[in-house]
Amino acid sequence: MRIRTVAALTGALALSLTGCANGNGAQGSGPNTVTYWLWDANQLPAYQACAKGFEKENPGLNVRITQLGWDDYWTKLTASFIAGTEPDVFTDHIQKFGQFADLKVLEPLDDLGINPSDYQKGLADNWIAQDGHRYGAPKDWDTVALFYNKKMTDQAGLTPEKLNSLDWNPKDGGSFEKAIAHLTIDAKGRRGDEPGFDRNHVKVYGLATNGAGYGDGQTQWSPFTGSTGWNYTDKARWGTKYQYDSKTFQSTIKWYFGLAKKGYLAPLTAYSGGANQANAQVASGRAAMAFDGAWMISTYYGFKGVKIGTAFTPVGPSGKRATMMNGLADSITRNARNKPGAIKWVKYLSSDKCQKTVGRYGIVFPATPEGTRAAIAAYRKKGIDVTAFTRPVADKKNFRTFTYPITDYAADVTALMAPAMQAVYNGSAPVGSLKKTTAQINLILSQ
Amino acid sequence: MTIASSSPPPSLPLRGAEGAPTTPTARGARTREDGGDGRLAALFVAPAMLGFLVFLLWPTLRGIYLSFTRYNLLTPAEWVGLDNYVRMVNDPIFWNSLWVTVEYVVINIGVQTVAALAIAVLLQRLSQSAVLRGIVLAPYLLSNVVAGIVFLWILDTQLGIGNEIIGALGFDHIPFLADEHWAIPTIALINVWRHVGYTALLLFAGLQAIPNDMYEAAKVDGAGEWRMFWRITLPLLRPVLAVVLIMTVIGSFQVFDTVAVTTQGGPANATNVLQFYLYGAAFGRFQFGYASAMSVALLVVLTAITIIQYRLTRAGRTDLG
Repeated sequence: MRIRTVAALTGALALSLTGCANGNGAQGSGPNTVTYWLWDANQLPAYQACAKGFEKENPGLNVRITQLGWDDYWTKLTASFIAGTEPDVFTDHIQKFGQFADLKVLEPLDDLGINPSDYQKGLADNWIAQDGHRYGAPKDWDTVALFYNKKMTDQAGLTPEKLNSLDWNPKDGGSFEKAIAHLTIDAKGRRGDEPGFDRNHVKVYGLATNGAGYGDGQTQWSPFTGSTGWNYTDKARWGTKYQYDSKTFQSTIKWYFGLAKKGYLAPLTAYSGGANQANAQVASGRAAMAFDGAWMISTYYGFKGVKIGTAFTPVGPSGKRATMMNGLADSITRNARNKPGAIKWVKYLSSDKCQKTVGRYGIVFPATPEGTRAAIAAYRKKGIDVTAFTRPVADKKNFRTFTYPITDYAADVTALMAPAMQAVYNGSAPVGSLKKTTAQINLILSQ
Repeated sequence: MTIASSSPPPSLPLRGAEGAPTTPTARGARTREDGGDGRLAALFVAPAMLGFLVFLLWPTLRGIYLSFTRYNLLTPAEWVGLDNYVRMVNDPIFWNSLWVTVEYVVINIGVQTVAALAIAVLLQRLSQSAVLRGIVLAPYLLSNVVAGIVFLWILDTQLGIGNEIIGALGFDHIPFLADEHWAIPTIALINVWRHVGYTALLLFAGLQAIPNDMYEAAKVDGAGEWRMFWRITLPLLRPVLAVVLIMTVIGSFQVFDTVAVTTQGGPANATNVLQFYLYGAAFGRFQFGYASAMSVALLVVLTAITIIQYRLTRAGRTDLG
């Protein structure tokens, strides 16, 4: 889950706060304290509630939670491993845990008694590293769907039914491209599909940009590449070959970034990781729709004066819709000061009890089905229909869910793919240049 | 050395009495005999020396050692000889980073030095107002990160107030930090904004050392402000200017925080300055050995540039009589 907005928006504040926060954590660590780190500020109250329940069940134990913005989180965690000040338990990301497992800083959780069938399908299995050991206990999951500005879609004559029946293909873009073309409006008020449309002076883009999407394209191009049937790697987990050199992938990317040239998709220059992500573009009325993750639901629905709706990702050439399903987990550090306490806490975190508590806050989908149901109910109470995010997980006939690529050297893949995809997006390199990048990546993986 | 010599009786004057002639030989002999000066000096130097050894020399030596190893921070370093350097020479991103950094330094230092010099001269020749000097220095009181974030918001392509103004004036919005060609000049100018006042103040201090009678004499001879600047100010300011240049160039090469908060090296490596690239290699990709090798390269480049600058500008000598 890339929760960068919160991290970025509060970045300045977080910088000054993190120092104190961490200091407290280190000081408070004692035989009766379990230290716990997470990055999503939205989830902090939910886990504080969980901690309360845990402390009640385990008198004498107390949980000390530290929240850090996404970027600081990983830097600080790395530094803490080196300095020996790591938390006992921390929220882990699927793209990070492989490296941590390799570095032997995580405690195997094989004896925790995690039963994969207790959680939404696939979530538990992803946290088994190449060495065969489990390093994470599932905590939540998210999918990606289409957020839209209701007023704009209404004015364009796009009903919720129509938006839920969109399809796309790499040749002419299908009804999806037609929809975003119609939603695009230039400075003179002409729509993207009207004669005389000026693609260089666009006032409202049909589709917001979340950047070029690194190597995963989670909230950028992954709904499209996924619905062609394409896979990131040669194997579902721990593959050794990335497939960015495939024809299917490249034709999809060419079409997708081509939307920016046509003026329907906001250009790369509109994106700013720190100041203007897709949600800000929708909030400010500069874009009509955006692909974004379930963790952003409360952010989008919290916009003042903008009515939001959500729709499924479009049907692709494979005949299915596709969305990335990602899940976070809790990991225990190998040098945890309070390992018995940490194990108890993680057991509690992964239990129905805690997950239902978290679900009731309506900010994230907990990993257990009961927790998920609690979250759906909580969202409904707020007047938010989350079907666009939950149906893909339940309906395997019409939907394909896939995970982040899980391989070694994930950080290297990101470091190479980020600039490569940006170059294709802004037009300074052809899509064929990804072939060379893929070769470089696969060379690293073959080491 | 004797104990008596290091703590002479109070009645005895410590130094040659006021006005009393002391021959060079006598003074030399005395110092050597004393020994106290050396110890005292060592005592004064000790805190700085300790800092230098612990925080500068040791990390530098260790960094150089690590550059010959494969090291992921958490498991012991493994000696790999010149592997990291071979990889560096063959790494196009490294060369791109070096080039991007140089581009940044040239714009940053070029604009900053000229602007600072102009401000310093104006401060000296036109106004003695302390308030004005305070205002000039104000941006320097902000941290780089805050300055970076503020400009990130002001200059945002779609929503930034800066671009709103440009739009209101009838021009197209400019992707200051989001376009490959604009990003480096923009970052360079953000840092000029932050540092120019400080640099100007340093130069201003240098200007104060130039005797005013030179200007008066020049005025009597009929020289204008422009001519006085080129013939008096600039030549006499040279040693200060040189030191300021050396310091700002070194600082400029180490640009990191502004990039980290505004562009993260993007778009497409356009702002992936050396410090940012090697930081990512070390703390994002756990390649401390390779990052150390790049640090050593930066150290070599900076040392060479400093020596060249020092020689070219004769920074150690002054033309003041």
